[in-house]
Amino acid sequence: MIRFDAVTKRYPDGTVAVDGLDLVAETGQITVFVGPSGCGKTTSLRMINRMIEPTSGRIWLDDQDTATINSNELRRGIGYVIQQGGLFPHRTVVDNVATVPVLLGENRRQARRKALELLEQVGLPPAFASRYPAQLSGGQQQRVGVARALAADPPVMLMDEPFSAVDPVVRSQLQDEFLRLQGELGKTIVFVTHDIDEAIKMGDQVAVFRVGGHLAQMSTPRELLTNPADSFVAGFVGRDRGYRALGFTAAGELPLRAEAVVALGEPLETVRDRASDGWVLVVDSQQHPQGWLSVAAAAGAQAGTPGNVTEGMLNLGGTLATEDSSLRAALDAALSSPSGRGVVVGTEGSVLGTVTASQVLARIEHERAVASLASDAK
Amino acid sequence: MSHVWQYFSDNRSEVFGWLRTTIWLAVVPLVIGLAVSLPIGWFASRFRWAYPPVISFGGLLYTIPSIVIFLALPGILGTGILDPVNVAVALTVYCIALLVRAVADGLASVDRAFLDAASAMGYSTRQRLLAIQLPLAVPAIGAGLRVAAVSNVSLVAVASTLGVSQLGSLFTLGNTTGDTAPIWLGLIMFILLALVIDAVILVGLRAATPWRRALQQ
Repeated sequence: MIRFDAVTKRYPDGTVAVDGLDLVAETGQITVFVGPSGCGKTTSLRMINRMIEPTSGRIWLDDQDTATINSNELRRGIGYVIQQGGLFPHRTVVDNVATVPVLLGENRRQARRKALELLEQVGLPPAFASRYPAQLSGGQQQRVGVARALAADPPVMLMDEPFSAVDPVVRSQLQDEFLRLQGELGKTIVFVTHDIDEAIKMGDQVAVFRVGGHLAQMSTPRELLTNPADSFVAGFVGRDRGYRALGFTAAGELPLRAEAVVALGEPLETVRDRASDGWVLVVDSQQHPQGWLSVAAAAGAQAGTPGNVTEGMLNLGGTLATEDSSLRAALDAALSSPSGRGVVVGTEGSVLGTVTASQVLARIEHERAVASLASDAK
Repeated sequence: MSHVWQYFSDNRSEVFGWLRTTIWLAVVPLVIGLAVSLPIGWFASRFRWAYPPVISFGGLLYTIPSIVIFLALPGILGTGILDPVNVAVALTVYCIALLVRAVADGLASVDRAFLDAASAMGYSTRQRLLAIQLPLAVPAIGAGLRVAAVSNVSLVAVASTLGVSQLGSLFTLGNTTGDTAPIWLGLIMFILLALVIDAVILVGLRAATPWRRALQQ
């Protein structure tokens, strides 16, 4: 547990970066500090490992006041990940990862062996070990950065915009993998970002900072979306809050409609027979959905002569929901589907059935009614 | 050209003796100069207030005409006027003048993000300097070292006017005898020596910074 106790950082020129911060980052959870630039989120992070010393107040690491710990020893016990990984360009990947264990006095060979295991854990092939950071892509460097922070197996990790320097596709992949890793490791993590979507995705708890170093709200991501503390938080969290909040409620058992499907390679004539409302779902041999085909498109492709269903004819607009998806994924599947029927697949990817937007909305209304009953009962 | 070769063949042992002295005069000041410049350059880069005076003083040293230093040193050091130590000390002073700036700027040019990352990982200031900052400043310091090395070789030639026996003596010899052969030979040998020393430093730098090649790929 990391506890900020009335922490203030005032610079000699009078600027107040952090103003009387009280906050607890719980053990084994990801606590995200988010806010616009100049809100003191990075300053707060850097005060935890004393890269910046507070002007007043105390920061506790479990039951120890960090001000009483030798700063170098404190830092060796706290993993640190920064933008672009902050890797040392003159050291190979494996030596970068082995940095802290070697500082702690472990012998180099042993530290390297452990570093190789860590590289595997963050999804890098062993061949990368002897490369230099400049030979890696941005995403790969970030993975090395995470491996380096984990090398000495610290209970606490600080992450300063760790995934912001890579493109959105890679970022989302790194976020997913990191959440999976955290699921296994259960570190106490403080994560700084300026991206509210990242905060909502990564955080168990999200602390929203406002300019001047004030904590505007500290709550779960869901609470942040459904119940922002004030107009600043509401504005910062942004649009589509209601829709995004659906991402935190499981869809549960939706009334699935069995869907007549056509497999790739089947004759085009079958489309008209099996279609409903002008559309039929096309699957591959394993019943995995491939796309939607309209009766009109099938007739056009056929043009009087018999033929088979091919991938080129399909409408790929629809997203997929899984049986354990959130309400958001289910609603999105229905809204994005050209037939108006959202495809729900099983965990192994085969079609279970379809659901319409009005069915998902009915479920949302139901959830809401249950929630308000529960709060009335209190 | 043939009479240059002839002259070289006739005076081979003497020329090689001079070559040895010249190498010694060019290399030893470079090594000592680097050793002295590292702490001074670090000091100038570490403390912002120290940078302007240190760098100005270095520049000032370099503006003193070499001949003045060569002539003043025996009085200061108590050495004989023909003692090669005078030349070595004078060249060391010039090396320091060039290298302090290269070291200070090289250390200061290291990206703050790497230093912050090192501190955040628990490096002490000293460990960080030796393990991160200095290795990353090697390319910049090396560039200064190459300039100093070549400048050293040319200054050794000037030192021949003092009468210290080294390759520069070929010029004074040619001048007094009116024979152009030793002058040509001296010119060729100084150029070759400068190229060889530069090449040796370059190879050393490449070996010390394998990560730079990774950067260029």
